[in-house]
Amino acid sequence: MVDKQNSLPGPEDIYREVLPNGITVLARSNFNSPSVVVAGFFEAGALFDPDEKLGLAEYTTAALMRGTKNRTFDEIYNALESVGASLGFDPGIHKSGYHGRSLAEDLPLLLDVLSEALTMPTFPKAEVEKLRVQLLTGLAMRAEDTGDMASMVFDQILFKDHPYGRPEEGYPQTIQNINRYDLVKFHREHYGPRGMAMAIVGAVKPEDAVKQVKRALGSWQVKGQKEAPELPSLKMLKKTVSKHHRIAGKSQSDLVIGTNGPRRRDPEFMSASIGNNILGQFGMMGRIGDVVREKSGLAYYAYSSLNAGLGPGSWEVTAGVSPQHVKKASGLIVDELKRLVQEGVTADELADTKANFIGRLPLSLESNGGVANALLNIERHNLGLDYYHRYADLVNEVTAEDVLNTARKFINPDRLVIAVAGP
Amino acid sequence: MTNNLTQITLSNGLKVLLKEIHTAPIISSWMWYRVGSRDEVQGRTGISHWVEHMQFKGTQQFPANVLDKAISRDGGSWNAATSLDSTRYYETMPANKIDLAFRLEADRMVNSQFNLDEVASERTVIISEREGAENEPLFLLGEAVQQAAFRVHPYHHEVIGDLADLRTMTRDDLYHHYRRFYVPNNAVMTVAGDFDTQSTLVRIRELFESIPAGDQPARLAREEPPQKGEIRLSIEGPGKTTYVQVAYHFPAASHPDFFPLTVVDSLLAGASGLSNKTSRLYRALVDKEYAVHVSGGAEFTIDPFIYTISLIIHPRRKPEEVITVLDTEIERIQNELVLKKEITDAIKQARAVFAYRTENITNQAFWLGYAEMFADYSWFETYLDKLSAVTAKDVQRVANEYFKPQSRVVGTYVPLDGKP
Repeated sequence: MVDKQNSLPGPEDIYREVLPNGITVLARSNFNSPSVVVAGFFEAGALFDPDEKLGLAEYTTAALMRGTKNRTFDEIYNALESVGASLGFDPGIHKSGYHGRSLAEDLPLLLDVLSEALTMPTFPKAEVEKLRVQLLTGLAMRAEDTGDMASMVFDQILFKDHPYGRPEEGYPQTIQNINRYDLVKFHREHYGPRGMAMAIVGAVKPEDAVKQVKRALGSWQVKGQKEAPELPSLKMLKKTVSKHHRIAGKSQSDLVIGTNGPRRRDPEFMSASIGNNILGQFGMMGRIGDVVREKSGLAYYAYSSLNAGLGPGSWEVTAGVSPQHVKKASGLIVDELKRLVQEGVTADELADTKANFIGRLPLSLESNGGVANALLNIERHNLGLDYYHRYADLVNEVTAEDVLNTARKFINPDRLVIAVAGP
Repeated sequence: MTNNLTQITLSNGLKVLLKEIHTAPIISSWMWYRVGSRDEVQGRTGISHWVEHMQFKGTQQFPANVLDKAISRDGGSWNAATSLDSTRYYETMPANKIDLAFRLEADRMVNSQFNLDEVASERTVIISEREGAENEPLFLLGEAVQQAAFRVHPYHHEVIGDLADLRTMTRDDLYHHYRRFYVPNNAVMTVAGDFDTQSTLVRIRELFESIPAGDQPARLAREEPPQKGEIRLSIEGPGKTTYVQVAYHFPAASHPDFFPLTVVDSLLAGASGLSNKTSRLYRALVDKEYAVHVSGGAEFTIDPFIYTISLIIHPRRKPEEVITVLDTEIERIQNELVLKKEITDAIKQARAVFAYRTENITNQAFWLGYAEMFADYSWFETYLDKLSAVTAKDVQRVANEYFKPQSRVVGTYVPLDGKP
């Protein structure tokens, strides 16, 4: 049998090195499959987007692989796809991410393409215009997607006058406002090695991985890489705010109900996670799933989620219901939020969720991608290389009282956002 | 035992495939039944998928809310899915907890209760699942294209079933379907991960071998006659975006032509699981701004099914122009021999995708069983070899044989853009 504790990443098998230019490399070997994952983040997120050019960070990431000083768009993808490799960028609010994979033998190629995309994109005009139509089509599809729109309306209300209230992909008008020079300028001002992290997991020795990163990105230097703007303080809700965004002709409505949540580094994070699991995840979607799906048959999906990142988070319940059942489902969900802050959780529920958190850890770390995410999670939130070895203790020390206090701190059932999108 | 793989059939007909993989302290266990939407007649469409839902509603030993909690408490993940040809259930658990999954599957192979109340609440859950799918233009279009491609064969309808049937099917319909198809001789169990084969086999025999075999359920298979002439259809719905799907009749996954056709798919629309920006259709349609997205794919099925190309039309283009360019590319692969490099690239891509799949124990157990549902495990094991044997001439021959305009369905989703 494979030893459970030893299969979790820890200080003895995670190699971490900070390169002289600021890039942090985390590497862990796995020779069970001949493939390798390269993933990470860098500090050019949508926080830098001007309001009138919202979507600029995303547009920039989408354009990185449309041409570099060394290769055309077609050459970039020909190099990757002909060997079954892939690479993509994923824009975020604070930081943007990248994710690639290949056979281990093609890791040098993957890193070369990543390096070119990050350090020497050319933003060819014709490609920028093609992308504009693709982004606008994506926004037209978003406008018809009940889930996307309910979530967007929710964020707009919860994070009013705060950058988190802005959709990272922008609006049709703001995408129209962006020109090629904006992309060039955004790249020049915000892309750089400072604050960048990279995890390499797979069939490669850590020292070889680091050597290859040094070769591909070690000489990258950027002067005057801008600091991210400070986040403004949050405006807290004073009462429940409801909004129904109409989308005609749809057969189902989506609803998102919730409020603020902790930051990832806040001391309440673990107790909030446990409370959230009991509320809307454990088993078949926790208490929410039990009431909305199992007992009432109102929805195929009804669950809660805790979004905790670098800044203030959100705690939300999502459900897809028939348009005539929106009110009934909303009522049931709000009742469950009330029950959580009034009664807290039972000893059995707490024990179940703790066992679930600890037991499922090896499953989430099964693939190279899962391990890479875990390493980046450690780096992003400064959790310590021994985090996954300490994890069980962190879970076990949470009490029912902690869960109740945390729920009360964040959830006020009279001050919620109720966002609906549908007919 | 070869390649850490053990295959055995128990005395009641249950086929068991076990693969030891000692890379992580995890075991994934799958139970497969040879029943899917192709086993449904009109009036009962969606019944296989509904039965799958009812399998989570409990037995006397594992009542509904005990079941899911027990799995979650042990840190497992579990789910199920219904497809055209089969229904599958899986649990991936920490290795020392897998016994729960074995006991659960043995129990619900025979003892699910199908209570009336549970049937009633699940009816509206499934209708909600269908309504959620109907929100998606590509679901609506795909459903219309599929039913146009199959007039006779039961691949005609979507797995979720028609609303008319979801409203009217009864508890007894569901229970009868369950009892008829959920017999050990109609099932395959696949387990992969961190276990010892001999002791695991002993435990599986203890739990499963006493379940009596049933009558072997006959499968519905009304052969689809050849399509005589192209079918064009359109549906309308909300939005501003136009979608097109083009479906060609494809052979069964076990047919030798399936492999050269996989290369055709890879060249036209890109290898499954990878980006497709150097595929022929991306270059001709997206790069040249006829479409903003193209994808293609076939399913692995027992009987001949369809290969579908899906397009999101560029806002400045008409569907007709886009289809004309698509046809030019299809004709090119029919008329000109592809380069040897194109084939070797397609094979290298397949090799890489294979490597990604084997990173994960759950995936390995999945493929052990999935391949059994439309062929057998050797289909999966020899997949790369069969692809490697494909020649440029094979590619040209199958492109001509299967990509005929007169045997395809072309469907368009016409956006109403605010019009009533």
